[in-house]
Amino acid sequence: MFSPFITQASSVRAIMFQVLLALLPAIAVYVWYYGPAILVSITLASITALATEAAMLRLRRRPIAPFLSDNSALLTAWLLALSIPPLAPWWLVVVGTLFAISVSKHLYGGLGSNPFNPAMIGYAVLIISFPVQMTHWITPHGLGQLELSVMEQLRYIFAGQLPAGATLDAVTMATPLDTLKTQLHLGHAVSDILGMPIYGHLAGHGGEMVALAYVLGGAYLLANRIITWHLPLAFLAALFITAGIFHLADPAHYVSPVFHWFSGAAMLGAFFILTDPVTSPTTIRGKFIFAAGAGFLTYIIRVFGGFPDGIAFATLLMNICVPLIDAYTQPPVFGKKAEGKNDSASGKKDMQ
Amino acid sequence: MSMQEYKDILHNGLWKQNTGVVQLLGMCPLLAVSNSVVNAVSLGLATAVVMALSGASISPIRNYVPNEIRIPVYILIIAVLVTVVQYVMNAYMYSLYIVLGIFIPLIVTNCIVLARIEAFAGKNPVLPAAVDGLAMGLGLTAVLAVLGGMREIVGHGTLFAGLDLALGEMAKGWVITVIPDYHGFLLAILPPGAFIGLGLLIAGKNYLTLRAERKAKGGNATIAPVDGGCTVGHGG
Repeated sequence: MFSPFITQASSVRAIMFQVLLALLPAIAVYVWYYGPAILVSITLASITALATEAAMLRLRRRPIAPFLSDNSALLTAWLLALSIPPLAPWWLVVVGTLFAISVSKHLYGGLGSNPFNPAMIGYAVLIISFPVQMTHWITPHGLGQLELSVMEQLRYIFAGQLPAGATLDAVTMATPLDTLKTQLHLGHAVSDILGMPIYGHLAGHGGEMVALAYVLGGAYLLANRIITWHLPLAFLAALFITAGIFHLADPAHYVSPVFHWFSGAAMLGAFFILTDPVTSPTTIRGKFIFAAGAGFLTYIIRVFGGFPDGIAFATLLMNICVPLIDAYTQPPVFGKKAEGKNDSASGKKDMQ
Repeated sequence: MSMQEYKDILHNGLWKQNTGVVQLLGMCPLLAVSNSVVNAVSLGLATAVVMALSGASISPIRNYVPNEIRIPVYILIIAVLVTVVQYVMNAYMYSLYIVLGIFIPLIVTNCIVLARIEAFAGKNPVLPAAVDGLAMGLGLTAVLAVLGGMREIVGHGTLFAGLDLALGEMAKGWVITVIPDYHGFLLAILPPGAFIGLGLLIAGKNYLTLRAERKAKGGNATIAPVDGGCTVGHGG
Protein backbone atom coordinates (compact mmCIF):
# COMPACT_ATOMS: atom_id res chain seq x y z
CA MET A 1 0.00 0.00 0.00
CA PHE A 2 1.10 3.51 -0.64
CA SER A 3 0.88 6.48 1.63
CA PRO A 4 -0.60 8.97 2.30
CA PHE A 5 -3.97 7.46 2.83
CA ILE A 6 -7.13 9.42 2.55
CA THR A 7 -9.38 7.60 4.91
CA GLN A 8 -12.33 9.93 4.87
CA ALA A 9 -14.10 11.37 1.92
CA SER A 10 -15.23 14.72 3.27
CA SER A 11 -18.49 15.81 1.74
CA VAL A 12 -20.75 18.68 2.64
CA ARG A 13 -23.21 16.13 3.89
CA ALA A 14 -20.73 14.41 6.23
CA ILE A 15 -19.35 17.70 7.59
CA MET A 16 -22.79 19.16 8.25
CA PHE A 17 -23.80 15.91 9.93
CA GLN A 18 -20.82 16.14 12.29
CA VAL A 19 -21.79 19.70 13.19
CA LEU A 20 -25.36 18.63 13.90
CA LEU A 21 -23.97 15.83 16.07
CA ALA A 22 -21.83 18.34 17.97
CA LEU A 23 -24.94 20.34 18.83
CA LEU A 24 -26.63 17.40 20.56
CA PRO A 25 -25.04 17.80 24.03
CA ALA A 26 -26.12 21.44 24.12
CA ILE A 27 -29.65 20.49 23.10
CA ALA A 28 -29.76 17.85 25.84
CA VAL A 29 -28.68 20.39 28.47
CA TYR A 30 -31.18 22.86 27.04
CA VAL A 31 -34.02 20.36 27.46
CA TRP A 32 -32.93 19.66 31.05
CA TYR A 33 -33.08 23.31 32.04
CA TYR A 34 -35.83 24.75 29.87
CA GLY A 35 -38.11 21.85 29.03
CA PRO A 36 -38.92 20.20 25.70
CA ALA A 37 -40.08 23.39 23.94
CA ILE A 38 -36.70 23.59 22.20
CA LEU A 39 -37.29 20.18 20.60
CA VAL A 40 -40.57 21.49 19.19
CA SER A 41 -38.95 24.59 17.73
CA ILE A 42 -36.05 22.55 16.28
CA THR A 43 -38.57 20.22 14.64
CA LEU A 44 -40.63 23.10 13.28
CA ALA A 45 -37.51 24.82 11.98
CA SER A 46 -36.23 21.61 10.35
CA ILE A 47 -39.50 20.90 8.56
CA THR A 48 -39.75 24.52 7.37
CA ALA A 49 -36.13 24.54 6.24
CA LEU A 50 -36.44 21.33 4.22
CA ALA A 51 -39.73 22.43 2.64
CA THR A 52 -38.37 25.88 1.76
CA GLU A 53 -35.12 24.39 0.45
CA ALA A 54 -37.06 22.00 -1.80
CA ALA A 55 -39.36 24.75 -3.06
CA MET A 56 -36.46 27.13 -3.79
CA LEU A 57 -34.43 24.41 -5.53
CA ARG A 58 -37.43 23.62 -7.69
CA LEU A 59 -37.93 27.28 -8.55
CA ARG A 60 -34.24 27.58 -9.42
CA ARG A 61 -34.38 24.32 -11.41
CA ARG A 62 -31.59 22.71 -9.43
CA PRO A 63 -31.46 19.00 -8.57
CA ILE A 64 -33.50 18.63 -5.41
CA ALA A 65 -32.38 15.35 -3.88
CA PRO A 66 -28.59 15.96 -3.56
CA PHE A 67 -28.96 19.49 -2.20
CA LEU A 68 -31.81 18.58 0.11
CA SER A 69 -29.85 15.74 1.70
CA ASP A 70 -26.66 17.74 2.26
CA ASN A 71 -27.82 18.67 5.80
CA SER A 72 -26.96 22.36 5.31
CA ALA A 73 -30.58 23.50 5.53
CA LEU A 74 -31.01 21.40 8.67
CA LEU A 75 -27.98 23.03 10.27
CA THR A 76 -29.33 26.50 9.52
CA ALA A 77 -32.65 25.48 11.06
CA TRP A 78 -31.04 24.10 14.22
CA LEU A 79 -28.79 27.12 14.73
CA LEU A 80 -31.72 29.49 14.31
CA ALA A 81 -33.93 27.48 16.67
CA LEU A 82 -31.16 27.50 19.28
CA SER A 83 -30.79 31.29 18.95
CA ILE A 84 -34.39 32.30 19.57
CA PRO A 85 -36.74 31.79 22.54
CA PRO A 86 -38.23 28.28 22.33
CA LEU A 87 -41.45 29.18 24.14
CA ALA A 88 -42.89 31.33 21.39
CA PRO A 89 -45.81 31.11 18.97
CA TRP A 90 -45.07 28.49 16.32
CA TRP A 91 -44.98 31.01 13.48
CA LEU A 92 -41.98 32.82 14.94
CA VAL A 93 -39.46 30.11 14.14
CA VAL A 94 -41.26 29.28 10.88
CA VAL A 95 -41.03 32.86 9.59
CA GLY A 96 -37.37 33.10 10.62
CA THR A 97 -36.40 29.84 8.92
CA LEU A 98 -38.41 30.67 5.81
CA PHE A 99 -36.55 33.96 5.50
CA ALA A 100 -33.16 32.43 6.28
CA ILE A 101 -33.43 29.74 3.61
CA SER A 102 -35.27 31.60 0.86
CA VAL A 103 -33.93 35.15 0.98
CA SER A 104 -30.51 34.94 2.61
CA LYS A 105 -29.49 31.61 1.08
CA HIS A 106 -31.20 30.94 -2.25
CA LEU A 107 -31.73 34.47 -3.53
CA TYR A 108 -27.95 34.89 -3.22
CA GLY A 109 -27.30 31.71 -5.18
CA GLY A 110 -27.65 28.87 -2.71
CA LEU A 111 -25.11 27.02 -0.59
CA GLY A 112 -21.63 28.45 -1.06
CA SER A 113 -22.75 31.78 -2.54
CA ASN A 114 -24.47 33.43 0.42
CA PRO A 115 -22.47 36.34 1.88
CA PHE A 116 -24.39 36.31 5.18
CA ASN A 117 -24.89 33.52 7.68
CA PRO A 118 -28.50 32.44 6.96
CA ALA A 119 -29.32 31.56 10.57
CA MET A 120 -28.15 34.98 11.74
CA ILE A 121 -30.20 36.72 9.04
CA GLY A 122 -33.21 34.78 10.29
CA TYR A 123 -32.44 35.94 13.83
CA ALA A 124 -31.97 39.56 12.73
CA VAL A 125 -35.28 39.55 10.85
CA LEU A 126 -37.09 38.20 13.90
CA ILE A 127 -35.52 40.52 16.46
CA ILE A 128 -36.29 43.54 14.28
CA SER A 129 -39.82 42.47 13.37
CA PHE A 130 -41.07 40.80 16.55
CA PRO A 131 -39.15 42.31 19.47
CA VAL A 132 -41.83 41.37 22.02
CA GLN A 133 -41.97 37.65 21.20
CA MET A 134 -38.18 37.54 21.02
CA THR A 135 -37.73 38.60 24.64
CA HIS A 136 -39.84 35.92 26.35
CA TRP A 137 -37.28 33.36 27.47
CA ILE A 138 -38.35 30.43 29.63
CA THR A 139 -37.24 30.61 33.24
CA PRO A 140 -34.69 27.80 33.69
CA HIS A 141 -35.38 24.74 35.84
CA GLY A 142 -34.24 25.07 39.44
CA LEU A 143 -35.26 28.63 40.16
CA GLY A 144 -38.35 27.49 42.03
CA GLN A 145 -40.75 29.27 39.73
CA LEU A 146 -43.82 28.08 37.93
CA GLU A 147 -42.78 25.52 35.32
CA LEU A 148 -44.93 24.42 32.42
CA SER A 149 -45.44 20.74 31.66
CA VAL A 150 -44.79 19.29 28.19
CA MET A 151 -48.43 19.60 27.15
CA GLU A 152 -48.70 23.11 28.53
CA GLN A 153 -45.64 24.21 26.57
CA LEU A 154 -47.07 22.62 23.41
CA ARG A 155 -50.43 24.26 23.94
CA TYR A 156 -48.80 27.67 24.27
CA ILE A 157 -46.65 27.21 21.16
CA PHE A 158 -49.48 26.07 18.89
CA ALA A 159 -52.60 27.64 20.38
CA GLY A 160 -51.22 30.55 22.37
CA GLN A 161 -52.98 29.35 25.53
CA LEU A 162 -51.43 29.29 28.99
CA PRO A 163 -52.84 27.24 31.88
CA ALA A 164 -55.33 29.04 34.11
CA GLY A 165 -53.66 31.39 36.57
CA ALA A 166 -50.35 31.53 34.70
CA THR A 167 -49.21 34.61 32.86
CA LEU A 168 -46.45 34.78 30.31
CA ASP A 169 -44.41 36.89 32.70
CA ALA A 170 -44.63 34.17 35.35
CA VAL A 171 -43.10 31.47 33.18
CA THR A 172 -40.61 33.59 31.27
CA MET A 173 -37.93 36.06 32.28
CA ALA A 174 -35.51 38.56 30.83
CA THR A 175 -32.19 37.01 29.83
CA PRO A 176 -29.27 37.35 32.25
CA LEU A 177 -27.70 39.85 29.84
CA ASP A 178 -30.88 41.92 29.73
CA THR A 179 -31.34 41.80 33.49
CA LEU A 180 -27.77 42.96 33.95
CA LYS A 181 -28.34 45.90 31.62
CA THR A 182 -31.60 46.91 33.32
CA GLN A 183 -30.20 46.63 36.84
CA LEU A 184 -27.09 48.61 35.91
CA HIS A 185 -29.38 51.24 34.50
CA LEU A 186 -31.20 51.36 37.84
CA GLY A 187 -27.90 52.17 39.53
CA HIS A 188 -27.00 48.80 41.10
CA ALA A 189 -23.42 47.56 41.19
CA VAL A 190 -22.33 44.47 39.28
CA SER A 191 -21.46 42.54 42.45
CA ASP A 192 -24.98 43.06 43.87
CA ILE A 193 -26.69 42.13 40.61
CA LEU A 194 -24.75 38.88 40.27
CA GLY A 195 -26.09 37.86 43.68
CA MET A 196 -29.57 37.53 42.17
CA PRO A 197 -30.87 33.95 41.90
CA ILE A 198 -30.94 33.97 38.09
CA TYR A 199 -27.14 34.04 38.03
CA GLY A 200 -25.08 30.90 38.48
CA HIS A 201 -21.34 30.37 38.87
CA LEU A 202 -20.12 31.73 35.54
CA ALA A 203 -23.06 33.62 34.07
CA GLY A 204 -26.81 33.04 33.93
CA HIS A 205 -28.16 29.98 35.72
CA GLY A 206 -28.88 27.32 33.09
CA GLY A 207 -27.47 29.34 30.22
CA GLU A 208 -23.91 28.81 31.47
CA MET A 209 -24.36 25.03 31.31
CA VAL A 210 -25.70 25.23 27.76
CA ALA A 211 -22.65 27.34 26.90
CA LEU A 212 -20.36 24.70 28.40
CA ALA A 213 -22.11 22.08 26.28
CA TYR A 214 -21.40 24.21 23.21
CA VAL A 215 -17.72 24.22 24.20
CA LEU A 216 -17.88 20.43 24.41
CA GLY A 217 -19.43 20.29 20.92
CA GLY A 218 -16.79 22.72 19.67
CA ALA A 219 -14.04 20.52 21.09
CA TYR A 220 -15.52 17.59 19.18
CA LEU A 221 -15.49 19.62 15.96
CA LEU A 222 -11.89 20.69 16.59
CA ALA A 223 -10.81 17.13 17.31
CA ASN A 224 -12.42 15.95 14.09
CA ARG A 225 -10.90 18.83 12.13
CA ILE A 226 -14.28 20.09 10.99
CA ILE A 227 -13.28 23.56 12.21
CA THR A 228 -9.87 25.06 12.95
CA TRP A 229 -8.92 26.76 16.18
CA HIS A 230 -8.30 30.20 14.65
CA LEU A 231 -11.84 31.55 14.53
CA PRO A 232 -13.04 30.48 18.02
CA LEU A 233 -9.76 31.54 19.63
CA ALA A 234 -9.64 34.96 17.98
CA PHE A 235 -13.30 35.59 18.75
CA LEU A 236 -13.11 34.57 22.39
CA ALA A 237 -9.81 36.39 22.89
CA ALA A 238 -11.16 39.62 21.41
CA LEU A 239 -14.31 39.38 23.53
CA PHE A 240 -12.21 38.60 26.62
CA ILE A 241 -9.73 41.43 26.07
CA THR A 242 -12.39 44.05 25.29
CA ALA A 243 -14.51 43.00 28.26
CA GLY A 244 -11.35 42.74 30.42
CA ILE A 245 -10.27 46.30 29.71
CA PHE A 246 -13.67 47.69 30.68
CA HIS A 247 -13.90 45.38 33.70
CA LEU A 248 -10.49 46.40 35.02
CA ALA A 249 -11.27 50.07 34.54
CA ASP A 250 -14.60 49.95 36.38
CA PRO A 251 -15.59 46.60 37.92
CA ALA A 252 -18.75 48.06 39.44
CA HIS A 253 -20.23 48.84 36.04
CA TYR A 254 -18.65 46.33 33.68
CA VAL A 255 -19.05 42.63 34.32
CA SER A 256 -16.14 40.20 34.07
CA PRO A 257 -15.01 38.80 30.72
CA VAL A 258 -15.84 35.25 31.83
CA PHE A 259 -19.47 36.31 32.28
CA HIS A 260 -19.49 37.52 28.69
CA TRP A 261 -17.97 34.26 27.51
CA PHE A 262 -20.72 32.16 29.02
CA SER A 263 -23.65 34.53 28.41
CA GLY A 264 -26.02 34.63 25.52
CA ALA A 265 -24.85 33.00 22.31
CA ALA A 266 -21.10 33.70 22.68
CA MET A 267 -20.05 30.04 22.69
CA LEU A 268 -22.60 29.10 20.03
CA GLY A 269 -21.20 31.92 17.93
CA ALA A 270 -17.56 31.04 18.53
CA PHE A 271 -17.81 27.37 17.59
CA PHE A 272 -20.84 27.02 15.35
CA ILE A 273 -21.76 30.33 13.73
CA LEU A 274 -18.52 32.15 12.92
CA THR A 275 -17.01 28.89 11.72
CA ASP A 276 -19.45 28.60 8.82
CA PRO A 277 -16.99 28.00 5.96
CA VAL A 278 -19.11 29.89 3.42
CA THR A 279 -19.35 33.20 5.26
CA SER A 280 -15.90 33.34 6.93
CA PRO A 281 -12.56 34.26 5.32
CA THR A 282 -10.33 31.60 3.79
CA THR A 283 -6.93 32.99 4.75
CA ILE A 284 -5.47 32.45 8.22
CA ARG A 285 -4.76 36.14 8.79
CA GLY A 286 -8.23 36.92 7.50
CA LYS A 287 -9.77 34.51 9.99
CA PHE A 288 -8.06 36.33 12.87
CA ILE A 289 -9.25 39.74 11.67
CA PHE A 290 -12.79 38.48 11.03
CA ALA A 291 -13.27 36.70 14.34
CA ALA A 292 -11.54 39.36 16.42
CA GLY A 293 -13.73 42.01 14.80
CA ALA A 294 -16.81 39.96 15.60
CA GLY A 295 -15.72 39.54 19.23
CA PHE A 296 -15.08 43.26 19.65
CA LEU A 297 -18.39 44.21 18.00
CA THR A 298 -20.29 41.66 20.07
CA TYR A 299 -19.09 43.36 23.24
CA ILE A 300 -19.88 46.84 21.96
CA ILE A 301 -23.40 45.87 20.82
CA ARG A 302 -24.09 43.95 24.04
CA VAL A 303 -22.98 46.67 26.40
CA PHE A 304 -23.80 49.87 24.53
CA GLY A 305 -26.50 48.73 22.10
CA GLY A 306 -30.20 48.19 22.52
CA PHE A 307 -30.42 44.52 21.50
CA PRO A 308 -30.42 41.54 23.87
CA ASP A 309 -27.28 40.01 22.36
CA GLY A 310 -24.66 41.16 19.89
CA ILE A 311 -23.59 37.92 18.21
CA ALA A 312 -25.97 38.09 15.25
CA PHE A 313 -25.31 41.69 14.26
CA ALA A 314 -21.57 41.39 14.90
CA THR A 315 -21.44 38.29 12.70
CA LEU A 316 -23.45 39.92 9.92
CA LEU A 317 -21.34 43.09 10.01
CA MET A 318 -18.15 41.04 9.74
CA ASN A 319 -19.69 38.74 7.09
CA ILE A 320 -20.01 41.66 4.70
CA CYS A 321 -16.33 42.51 5.28
CA VAL A 322 -15.17 39.02 4.30
CA PRO A 323 -14.52 39.68 0.58
CA LEU A 324 -12.47 42.76 1.54
CA ILE A 325 -10.58 40.88 4.27
CA ASP A 326 -9.83 38.03 1.88
CA ALA A 327 -8.62 40.43 -0.79
CA TYR A 328 -6.19 42.19 1.57
CA THR A 329 -4.87 39.10 3.32
CA GLN A 330 -4.26 36.97 0.26
CA PRO A 331 -0.79 35.45 0.68
CA PRO A 332 1.67 35.85 -2.23
CA VAL A 333 1.87 32.95 -4.63
CA PHE A 334 4.61 30.48 -3.68
CA GLY A 335 7.92 31.57 -5.15
CA LYS A 336 6.86 35.16 -5.56
CA LYS A 337 8.43 37.76 -3.31
CA ALA A 338 6.39 39.72 -0.83
CA GLU A 339 4.62 42.83 -2.08
CA GLY A 340 7.04 45.48 -0.74
CA LYS A 341 10.19 43.87 -2.12
CA ASN A 342 8.50 43.35 -5.44
CA ASP A 343 7.77 47.03 -5.73
CA SER A 344 11.37 48.11 -5.27
CA ALA A 345 12.50 45.46 -7.75
CA SER A 346 10.11 46.61 -10.42
CA GLY A 347 11.04 50.21 -9.62
CA LYS A 348 14.64 49.41 -10.41
CA LYS A 349 13.63 47.84 -13.65
CA ASP A 350 11.74 50.97 -14.59
CA MET A 351 14.81 53.08 -13.84
CA GLN A 352 16.84 51.11 -16.29
CA MET B 1 -45.65 64.36 -33.92
CA SER B 2 -47.65 61.36 -34.89
CA MET B 3 -49.90 59.36 -32.62
CA GLN B 4 -47.48 56.44 -32.72
CA GLU B 5 -44.71 58.55 -31.24
CA TYR B 6 -46.89 59.58 -28.31
CA LYS B 7 -47.77 55.95 -27.81
CA ASP B 8 -44.06 55.10 -27.74
CA ILE B 9 -43.43 57.82 -25.16
CA LEU B 10 -46.19 56.45 -22.96
CA HIS B 11 -45.01 52.86 -23.40
CA ASN B 12 -41.45 53.88 -22.52
CA GLY B 13 -42.49 55.76 -19.42
CA LEU B 14 -44.94 53.25 -18.06
CA TRP B 15 -43.19 49.99 -18.90
CA LYS B 16 -40.11 49.71 -21.10
CA GLN B 17 -38.00 52.43 -19.45
CA ASN B 18 -39.86 52.45 -16.14
CA THR B 19 -37.98 54.68 -13.72
CA GLY B 20 -38.65 52.46 -10.73
CA VAL B 21 -37.80 48.97 -11.95
CA VAL B 22 -35.72 49.54 -15.12
CA GLN B 23 -33.79 52.81 -14.86
CA LEU B 24 -33.59 52.54 -11.06
CA LEU B 25 -33.60 56.31 -10.71
CA GLY B 26 -35.15 58.24 -7.84
CA MET B 27 -34.55 55.43 -5.35
CA CYS B 28 -34.47 57.67 -2.29
CA PRO B 29 -38.17 58.65 -2.25
CA LEU B 30 -39.11 55.27 -3.67
CA LEU B 31 -37.65 53.47 -0.69
CA ALA B 32 -38.47 56.08 1.94
CA VAL B 33 -42.18 56.68 1.38
CA SER B 34 -43.35 53.36 -0.04
CA ASN B 35 -44.40 52.01 3.36
CA SER B 36 -48.10 52.45 2.53
CA VAL B 37 -50.13 52.81 -0.64
CA VAL B 38 -51.43 56.27 0.24
CA ASN B 39 -47.99 57.73 0.98
CA ALA B 40 -46.47 56.08 -2.07
CA VAL B 41 -49.14 57.17 -4.55
CA SER B 42 -49.30 60.70 -3.17
CA LEU B 43 -45.59 61.29 -3.57
CA GLY B 44 -45.62 59.51 -6.92
CA LEU B 45 -48.38 61.78 -8.24
CA ALA B 46 -46.66 64.89 -6.88
CA THR B 47 -43.49 63.83 -8.70
CA ALA B 48 -45.46 63.14 -11.89
CA VAL B 49 -47.04 66.60 -11.79
CA VAL B 50 -43.64 68.22 -11.28
CA MET B 51 -42.14 66.20 -14.12
CA ALA B 52 -44.92 67.06 -16.56
CA LEU B 53 -44.81 70.78 -15.66
CA SER B 54 -41.02 70.98 -15.76
CA GLY B 55 -40.93 69.21 -19.11
CA ALA B 56 -43.47 71.66 -20.49
CA SER B 57 -41.72 74.73 -19.08
CA ILE B 58 -38.14 73.84 -19.96
CA SER B 59 -38.80 72.62 -23.49
CA PRO B 60 -39.76 76.09 -24.88
CA ILE B 61 -36.60 77.74 -23.52
CA ARG B 62 -34.25 74.91 -24.46
CA ASN B 63 -32.74 76.86 -27.37
CA TYR B 64 -32.11 80.01 -25.32
CA VAL B 65 -30.34 78.49 -22.32
CA PRO B 66 -26.54 78.55 -22.69
CA ASN B 67 -25.28 74.99 -22.61
CA GLU B 68 -22.71 75.65 -19.87
CA ILE B 69 -25.22 76.79 -17.25
CA ARG B 70 -28.21 74.68 -18.25
CA ILE B 71 -28.16 72.50 -15.13
CA PRO B 72 -28.55 75.40 -12.61
CA VAL B 73 -31.23 76.94 -14.83
CA TYR B 74 -33.14 73.65 -15.03
CA ILE B 75 -32.84 73.05 -11.29
CA LEU B 76 -34.08 76.55 -10.54
CA ILE B 77 -37.18 76.01 -12.66
CA ILE B 78 -37.81 72.58 -11.13
CA ALA B 79 -37.41 74.07 -7.65
CA VAL B 80 -40.01 76.74 -8.42
CA LEU B 81 -42.48 74.11 -9.62
CA VAL B 82 -41.85 71.90 -6.59
CA THR B 83 -42.46 74.87 -4.31
CA VAL B 84 -45.80 75.43 -6.05
CA VAL B 85 -46.79 71.77 -5.58
CA GLN B 86 -45.64 71.94 -1.98
CA TYR B 87 -47.81 75.00 -1.23
CA VAL B 88 -50.82 73.46 -2.97
CA MET B 89 -50.48 70.35 -0.81
CA ASN B 90 -49.94 72.49 2.27
CA ALA B 91 -53.18 74.33 1.51
CA TYR B 92 -55.50 71.52 0.46
CA MET B 93 -54.02 68.28 1.90
CA TYR B 94 -52.40 69.47 5.09
CA SER B 95 -52.28 66.15 6.98
CA LEU B 96 -50.76 64.39 3.98
CA TYR B 97 -48.31 67.25 3.64
CA ILE B 98 -47.20 66.63 7.23
CA VAL B 99 -46.85 62.87 6.67
CA LEU B 100 -44.71 63.22 3.53
CA GLY B 101 -42.69 66.00 5.14
CA ILE B 102 -39.20 66.51 3.76
CA PHE B 103 -39.79 64.23 0.77
CA ILE B 104 -41.94 66.81 -1.04
CA PRO B 105 -39.20 69.50 -1.25
CA LEU B 106 -36.73 66.71 -1.99
CA ILE B 107 -38.47 66.09 -5.34
CA VAL B 108 -36.16 68.87 -6.58
CA THR B 109 -33.14 66.69 -6.01
CA ASN B 110 -34.78 63.56 -7.38
CA CYS B 111 -32.45 62.62 -10.20
CA ILE B 112 -35.26 61.25 -12.34
CA VAL B 113 -36.68 64.75 -12.84
CA LEU B 114 -33.42 66.22 -14.07
CA ALA B 115 -32.63 63.05 -16.02
CA ARG B 116 -35.78 63.35 -18.14
CA ILE B 117 -35.17 67.08 -18.69
CA GLU B 118 -31.65 66.33 -19.91
CA ALA B 119 -32.59 63.27 -21.93
CA PHE B 120 -35.88 64.41 -23.40
CA ALA B 121 -37.32 67.86 -22.66
CA GLY B 122 -34.05 69.60 -23.58
CA LYS B 123 -34.29 68.14 -27.09
CA ASN B 124 -38.00 67.96 -27.88
CA PRO B 125 -41.02 70.27 -28.38
CA VAL B 126 -43.38 71.21 -25.57
CA LEU B 127 -46.18 68.67 -25.88
CA PRO B 128 -44.02 65.53 -26.21
CA ALA B 129 -41.86 66.81 -23.33
CA ALA B 130 -44.90 67.20 -21.09
CA VAL B 131 -46.27 63.79 -22.08
CA ASP B 132 -42.87 62.19 -21.42
CA GLY B 133 -42.63 63.77 -17.97
CA LEU B 134 -46.14 62.64 -17.12
CA ALA B 135 -45.61 59.10 -18.43
CA MET B 136 -42.35 58.70 -16.54
CA GLY B 137 -43.96 60.07 -13.39
CA LEU B 138 -46.94 57.77 -13.71
CA GLY B 139 -44.62 54.82 -14.29
CA LEU B 140 -42.88 55.69 -11.03
CA THR B 141 -46.24 56.08 -9.31
CA ALA B 142 -47.34 52.64 -10.47
CA VAL B 143 -44.19 51.01 -9.04
CA LEU B 144 -44.58 52.99 -5.82
CA ALA B 145 -48.22 51.91 -5.55
CA VAL B 146 -47.40 48.21 -5.95
CA LEU B 147 -44.42 48.40 -3.59
CA GLY B 148 -46.46 50.42 -1.07
CA GLY B 149 -49.27 47.87 -1.29
CA MET B 150 -46.90 44.93 -0.76
CA ARG B 151 -45.20 46.56 2.22
CA GLU B 152 -48.48 47.68 3.77
CA ILE B 153 -50.14 44.27 3.51
CA VAL B 154 -47.12 42.37 4.82
CA GLY B 155 -46.20 44.97 7.41
CA HIS B 156 -49.56 46.03 8.82
CA GLY B 157 -52.10 43.69 7.23
CA THR B 158 -54.08 46.61 5.83
CA LEU B 159 -54.52 48.37 2.51
CA PHE B 160 -55.23 52.08 1.88
CA ALA B 161 -54.65 53.05 5.51
CA GLY B 162 -54.54 56.82 5.87
CA LEU B 163 -56.62 57.49 2.76
CA ASP B 164 -58.48 60.15 4.73
CA LEU B 165 -55.24 62.17 4.76
CA ALA B 166 -55.56 62.62 1.01
CA LEU B 167 -59.29 62.55 0.41
CA GLY B 168 -60.76 63.91 3.62
CA GLU B 169 -63.02 62.46 6.32
CA MET B 170 -65.26 60.48 3.98
CA ALA B 171 -62.41 58.08 3.15
CA LYS B 172 -61.87 57.07 6.75
CA GLY B 173 -63.91 53.89 6.39
CA TRP B 174 -62.23 52.81 3.17
CA VAL B 175 -59.32 51.05 4.86
CA ILE B 176 -59.29 47.39 3.88
CA THR B 177 -58.10 44.98 6.57
CA VAL B 178 -56.51 42.23 4.50
CA ILE B 179 -55.34 40.09 7.40
CA PRO B 180 -57.48 40.47 10.52
CA ASP B 181 -55.88 40.21 13.97
CA TYR B 182 -52.39 40.65 12.50
CA HIS B 183 -49.28 41.00 14.64
CA GLY B 184 -47.48 43.17 12.11
CA PHE B 185 -44.22 42.32 10.36
CA LEU B 186 -42.04 45.29 11.11
CA LEU B 187 -39.31 44.35 8.63
CA ALA B 188 -41.57 45.15 5.67
CA ILE B 189 -42.19 48.67 6.99
CA LEU B 190 -38.51 49.33 7.73
CA PRO B 191 -36.01 50.18 4.94
CA PRO B 192 -34.88 46.56 4.38
CA GLY B 193 -38.46 45.73 3.39
CA ALA B 194 -38.29 48.40 0.68
CA PHE B 195 -35.08 46.96 -0.76
CA ILE B 196 -36.33 43.38 -0.69
CA GLY B 197 -39.70 44.41 -2.17
CA LEU B 198 -38.06 46.43 -4.95
CA GLY B 199 -35.75 43.50 -5.71
CA LEU B 200 -38.74 41.21 -6.12
CA LEU B 201 -40.50 43.74 -8.38
CA ILE B 202 -37.40 44.06 -10.59
CA ALA B 203 -37.19 40.28 -10.81
CA GLY B 204 -40.87 40.14 -11.76
CA LYS B 205 -40.41 42.80 -14.47
CA ASN B 206 -37.38 41.01 -15.92
CA TYR B 207 -39.28 37.74 -15.94
CA LEU B 208 -42.22 39.24 -17.84
CA THR B 209 -39.90 40.99 -20.32
CA LEU B 210 -37.91 37.84 -21.00
CA ARG B 211 -41.07 35.82 -21.47
CA ALA B 212 -42.43 38.41 -23.90
CA GLU B 213 -39.16 38.30 -25.85
CA ARG B 214 -39.32 34.53 -26.07
CA LYS B 215 -42.85 34.67 -27.37
CA ALA B 216 -41.93 37.35 -29.90
CA LYS B 217 -39.13 35.14 -31.21
CA GLY B 218 -41.71 32.49 -31.91
CA GLY B 219 -40.38 30.14 -29.27
CA ASN B 220 -42.38 27.26 -27.99
CA ALA B 221 -45.43 28.98 -26.56
CA THR B 222 -46.64 25.89 -24.76
CA ILE B 223 -43.78 25.94 -22.25
CA ALA B 224 -45.02 26.57 -18.75
CA PRO B 225 -44.22 30.06 -17.39
CA VAL B 226 -41.87 28.81 -14.67
CA ASP B 227 -39.97 26.71 -17.16
CA GLY B 228 -39.55 29.53 -19.66
CA GLY B 229 -38.41 32.10 -17.13
CA CYS B 230 -35.86 29.92 -15.47
CA THR B 231 -34.30 28.56 -18.63
CA VAL B 232 -33.78 32.07 -19.89
CA GLY B 233 -32.52 33.13 -16.48
CA HIS B 234 -29.84 30.50 -16.44
CA GLY B 235 -28.82 31.14 -20.00
CA GLY B 236 -28.28 34.80 -19.24
